[in-house]
Amino acid sequence: MNTKIALLTLNILSALLITAPIKADNFSENDVIRWQNEYMSVVTDGEKLFHGGLKSKNTVSCDQCHPNASNIHPETYPKFQQQLGKVALLGEMINWCIMNPLESEPLALNSKDMVALQSYIHYERRGVPLAPGKH
Amino acid sequence: MKPFNRREFLKRSAVVAAGTLPLSLVEVAFGKNNAQNFTFAYISDSHITHIKGKEFVRNWDRGLMRAVAETNLLDPKPDFVFYGGDIAQLGKPEEIDHGLEILSGLSGKTHYVMGEHDYYNDLGDYWQKQLGADHYSFDHKGVHFIVLNSILTYEKWMYQKWDKGMDRMKQMARLDNPHGQPFMVGDAQRAWLKKDLAKIDKDTPIVVFSHSPLQKIYKGWNFWTEDAEQVQALLQDFNKVSVLYGHVHQIQYNQIGNISFNSAMATAWPWPYPKAYTQVASYMPKLTVEMNRADPFFERDATGWQFINMDTGNADLHYLLPDNANRVVAFDKQAGHPADTQFQDVSKRIPPQSHY
Ligand SMILES: [Fe+2]
Ligand SMILES: [Fe+2]
Repeated sequence: MNTKIALLTLNILSALLITAPIKADNFSENDVIRWQNEYMSVVTDGEKLFHGGLKSKNTVSCDQCHPNASNIHPETYPKFQQQLGKVALLGEMINWCIMNPLESEPLALNSKDMVALQSYIHYERRGVPLAPGKH
Repeated sequence: MKPFNRREFLKRSAVVAAGTLPLSLVEVAFGKNNAQNFTFAYISDSHITHIKGKEFVRNWDRGLMRAVAETNLLDPKPDFVFYGGDIAQLGKPEEIDHGLEILSGLSGKTHYVMGEHDYYNDLGDYWQKQLGADHYSFDHKGVHFIVLNSILTYEKWMYQKWDKGMDRMKQMARLDNPHGQPFMVGDAQRAWLKKDLAKIDKDTPIVVFSHSPLQKIYKGWNFWTEDAEQVQALLQDFNKVSVLYGHVHQIQYNQIGNISFNSAMATAWPWPYPKAYTQVASYMPKLTVEMNRADPFFERDATGWQFINMDTGNADLHYLLPDNANRVVAFDKQAGHPADTQFQDVSKRIPPQSHY
């Protein structure tokens, strides 16, 4: 084994580490603000989808039954949904509403719209303690 | 979409409903001279929604059809029916016409109250063309009935320059609109009410119909009337006053002085109680035993309609709730306020009545 090459490799690696912009555990106040704003812009998208922005075949929108996203209880999911006979995700229940009262096509669980809807629903419920499984 | 067949539906739902109706209504002494008994039915908040062409949202149509079919089965027959407002979702003539077509299946006279969903597209023009005045009074078997349009708001907002009436309608149709405007009866109608009441004996039972609660519960969703206290002041001199309102799509009741307040269920969909929105404070009357939490898998659950009898002039509400046990909220003479005949005692409450 050539020790010169080994040393060179080590040097290159440490140089990379030193020049990397931030370490994973090192972020600033501004980063926090920026990340929060990124989240809030998705909350705003979700609020629009929730209030008539979804493609709803019968024009019905989420807010008609859930003003301010109330009576959704996101803090209780996943929970045993007795009508489905299984433990369900919040996203599955959102899709249930889209398919039934809205008579429309369900969203992929990782779609942009589903993420936005859940961001808004959780935001309106901020501060409520987690209560998984609660009825 | 299947063709719309009202007659067939009414026939079928009549068969279903017969089993769910109470076997007999309470015979009551009604009116100040206890001379004549009568009941009336109370249907509200159908939110008939036009999709396009001849298509309407099936779910909301069904709720109203069911209420009409069941009302026609009441025995003894109600003297008349009150419709509590929000026939339409966006105040479109198609929606008002379609709603009235379904309501035309009712046997007997129907009185109408203006809701904000009927009003803000064209400021009530089409509704008034079809149904007449938005505030009026009449006497029936010793009771004075008053109808108010309580969903007016600041004229500056109503009459500002809107591109389309529908833009104004959509602002009002969003219940949780952060830029919402408060409902009010307004100076003109309050002056009319004062004059109307001046000729009424203080012992005459008074029943007032409004769309919004004439009390302040939660402003954020307009469970609220801005000049509620001023309207209450005009009514407070009378010994027995009942205010019946829609808009809230849930069971509420309260007593303020001599005035009893009772709300109607919606035939379309239920609304959460304001405390379910945890970011702000609200003021649900402590008396109210809440309706069962809705099961979204049964589309008529937590919707319904009601019939009313007036034991010596106070309103007793019988809630007809599909997929749910019926409720009765009657005036409790000893307590001096409306009370649920089954669940008022805290120890009698059941888990579905807990809202959070
Ligand atoms: Fe309504
Ligand atoms: Fe309303």
